[in-house]
Amino acid sequence: MSLLEVDGLTTAFQTSSGQVTAVEDISFSLDKGEILGIVGESGSGKSVTALAIMGLLPKPPARILGGAIRFEGQDLLRQSDRSMRRMRGPGMAMVFQEPMTSLNPVFTIGDQIIETIRAHETISSRDSFKRAVDILARVGIPSPDKRMSDYPHQLSGGQRQRVMLAIALVCRPKLLIADEPTTALDVTIQAQILDLLMDLRDEFGMAIMLITHNMGVIAETADRVMVMYAGRVVEQAPVARLFDAPLHPYTRGLLACVPTLDQDTDRLVAIPGSLPEPARRPPGCRFSVRCPLVVPACSDAIPPLAGVEPGHAAACIRIGETA
Amino acid sequence: MTQARATLRRLLHHRLFMLGCVLFGIILVVAILAPIIAPVDPNKLAMRYKFQPPSAEFIFGTDNFGRSLWSRVVWGAQLSMIIGMSVVAINAVAGTAVGAIAGYFQGLDNGLMRVNDALMAFPAVLLAIGVTSVLGPSVNDVIIALSIVYTPRTARIVRSSVIVLREMEYVQAARAAGAGHWRILRRHILPNAMAPLIVQLSFLFAYAVLTEATLSFLGVGAVPPTPTWGNIMAEGRQYMTDAPWIIAIPGAALMITVLGLNLLGDGLRDVLDPRLRIQA
Amino acid sequence: MPALLKAEGLVKHYDVETGGFLRRSRVPLRAVDGVDLEIQPGETLGLVGESGCGKSTLGRVLIRLVPATAGYVEFDGADVLRLDPRALREVRRGMQIVFQDPFGALNPRMSVEETVMEPLLIHGARRSAETHAEVGRMLEMVGLPDSARHRFPHEFSGGQRQRVGIARALILRPKLVVLDEPVSALDVSVQAQIVNLLSDLQGELGLTYLFIAHDLGVVKHISTRVAVMYLGKVVEIGEKRALYAAPKHPYTQALLASVPVTHPSRRKRGGQARLAGDIPTALAPPSGCRFHTRCPHVMDVCRTEEPAMRAAGPDHQAACHLLPA
Repeated sequence: MSLLEVDGLTTAFQTSSGQVTAVEDISFSLDKGEILGIVGESGSGKSVTALAIMGLLPKPPARILGGAIRFEGQDLLRQSDRSMRRMRGPGMAMVFQEPMTSLNPVFTIGDQIIETIRAHETISSRDSFKRAVDILARVGIPSPDKRMSDYPHQLSGGQRQRVMLAIALVCRPKLLIADEPTTALDVTIQAQILDLLMDLRDEFGMAIMLITHNMGVIAETADRVMVMYAGRVVEQAPVARLFDAPLHPYTRGLLACVPTLDQDTDRLVAIPGSLPEPARRPPGCRFSVRCPLVVPACSDAIPPLAGVEPGHAAACIRIGETA
Repeated sequence: MTQARATLRRLLHHRLFMLGCVLFGIILVVAILAPIIAPVDPNKLAMRYKFQPPSAEFIFGTDNFGRSLWSRVVWGAQLSMIIGMSVVAINAVAGTAVGAIAGYFQGLDNGLMRVNDALMAFPAVLLAIGVTSVLGPSVNDVIIALSIVYTPRTARIVRSSVIVLREMEYVQAARAAGAGHWRILRRHILPNAMAPLIVQLSFLFAYAVLTEATLSFLGVGAVPPTPTWGNIMAEGRQYMTDAPWIIAIPGAALMITVLGLNLLGDGLRDVLDPRLRIQA
Repeated sequence: MPALLKAEGLVKHYDVETGGFLRRSRVPLRAVDGVDLEIQPGETLGLVGESGCGKSTLGRVLIRLVPATAGYVEFDGADVLRLDPRALREVRRGMQIVFQDPFGALNPRMSVEETVMEPLLIHGARRSAETHAEVGRMLEMVGLPDSARHRFPHEFSGGQRQRVGIARALILRPKLVVLDEPVSALDVSVQAQIVNLLSDLQGELGLTYLFIAHDLGVVKHISTRVAVMYLGKVVEIGEKRALYAAPKHPYTQALLASVPVTHPSRRKRGGQARLAGDIPTALAPPSGCRFHTRCPHVMDVCRTEEPAMRAAGPDHQAACHLLPA
């Protein structure tokens, strides 16, 4: 049994123009110790998926329309708020993109780490202080005992992200969801944080769901990859396969349009057009309006995720031809 | 569709806003139609009919001088509306000017704001009393007094918006294209600073009406027999047990006006603020 | 050929108040701390660096959007920093800027037509069939339909808004365009479109670009020469291929090594040239060579003496003591 199994998850939002689906029919699994990279651009639904798993979607505007999220066998969608809260910390934890807004500016970082510990364990304040210092050292903060009384604004962006990781990991979660953890960081700091994530995964053995729009980050860290577009999964594959032989035209476009250091071309390959608004999605395949391989049949129905090889599937009716 | 039209649509769907509009609208319509619906001179004495309770003949009853309370309250409404609108208009112009200059030209900011703060340090009513005692107790002077009292607050609000807007990139782009200060203020900063100002002005209307009533009630506002609600209530205070309608009815009218304006202002703030706070 | 833009000893300090309640003091934030630069007509100079390096500030100081603390800037023969307001206005026609944030860069109350037309009106033109047509030409050039004219920024996507910003910057037919992270806020698939557009426009209109960005891949693609900044100074500058192939300054080397790999098989976990520590604050830059606190090759002289720019190749210089003077 996988650690996390998402099965046909569909969520929607109530907007002024009616109900629009944010993600549709999302299915994937994650095993212990595995790093799943979720790639997508804005509007792909990757953050909504993460929030749904954590149970953090604001329920009035958002609604879960269907599907199941099984964590260690339990369906998270049927859990009460109370049991979800108990799970967050020792079961699963999340790290966000903007550490400044994720950390409370009026509490010291020591307080925030200790608060997390004591929310889940009965432990003396001396012991929790020690635990907090330990985890800060583990995430690479120098002089951790002194940093305990610092406030978030006294730390740099990279340090704040490390603190966020410390808070997330202090209760030894089995699953860590990292939503664009390095997007707001400089490239040299990003490299440090990615290294750190990998080290922590090796040491703690947790599974990581790493959400990003940066293919380079995926190449550096992921074991398997899931590509999302306009709220649906369009491709899933082991990481090497995805880079060697991407099947879905969107994945190919994504890989091709990022200028890399080893390229030397005149023009970048661009994906024409832009993401359709949720209320105005095209019939059938949502990528059809931008796809270089579009045929009339693409508008008939949303293509199902079809496997070509074990572990590698793409939602495109023309897979056979593009292989 | 422009943002203005979308905003209008949102406003029309906001229930409390519409309620506020209705309440205030009633008072406004009454004020406008005063000559038609209250032809009786509000100051006309008729001692024969003094202290009549509300009835079919005297809709709101009469006061201690036999004057028709209906006439007095209706004409009082007109006065309140005039005062409110005048104060709002003066504030809009003067407050915006001061706030925009202080916010945009950092060199002048300090000086202007210190004067501003000094004025704001006085409790509104006390300052108004001070001004009217210098200028004299007429409706116009009350308007001037209230404008002096409230303009600093308006200026502060406009200044905050301007300070934020000044740094917006579209302002930088206009400067890079060679735009002068006047153009930037007129085209880019002021139109986008309007939202919080409009909200403030609706509350200001209510304050103006309320403060005027307070001044009149204290005897330092418009000279009796001018039928401002405050004056009516002041006179009616002595007769509260015998003829409660004299103080109750203008009080109710005041309450409806202020409530209506507050709901209106809240509605405006709900719709305008989070989205278009500083048009960011 | 004379340079289109030349900067010498450019400095921009912001005064920042630090200290507690009773011990307030003013400390300068050295955003740009002595930069010499030349931009040749027709080229694209890429400017890279991480947060706090001063690249955005430098871009704005060069076109006098932000007043300089000290230094000299010459654009097309004119002494930019010392022009009077009227002359400055004229010179401004020749140098324009495109911003990073497609949301904040357009006035939400002005239609696309008004936004794009404004520079013309500022410089004396009046609304006429001619200006109307000019706006139409610009919209076409940036790939927007004519129907976009009467619509408002909130009706467009980020990429489209950026196109409007570009149209606005180019309508005066400037010679130099400062591009301040023009694609960083856009989705990856849209970034490529805008980068291509910028390249095309450069050819069509004969533009010179100062391309400020933090994405080394994008900068490499579009630039002819590249300058690397660290804590307010340019530490390396040169022809792009030479710089990317054989960077001479340890910071540039670390920067390039930190870029994520392009294929999982090339992962290089652990060690390598991963730079340790955080970027020091521009309030108190390290003594001597600013990079010495994080440099893997630091020597004694680095702590005390700031290295001058030294030749590292035919069109390649770096400010490092490791290079022969």
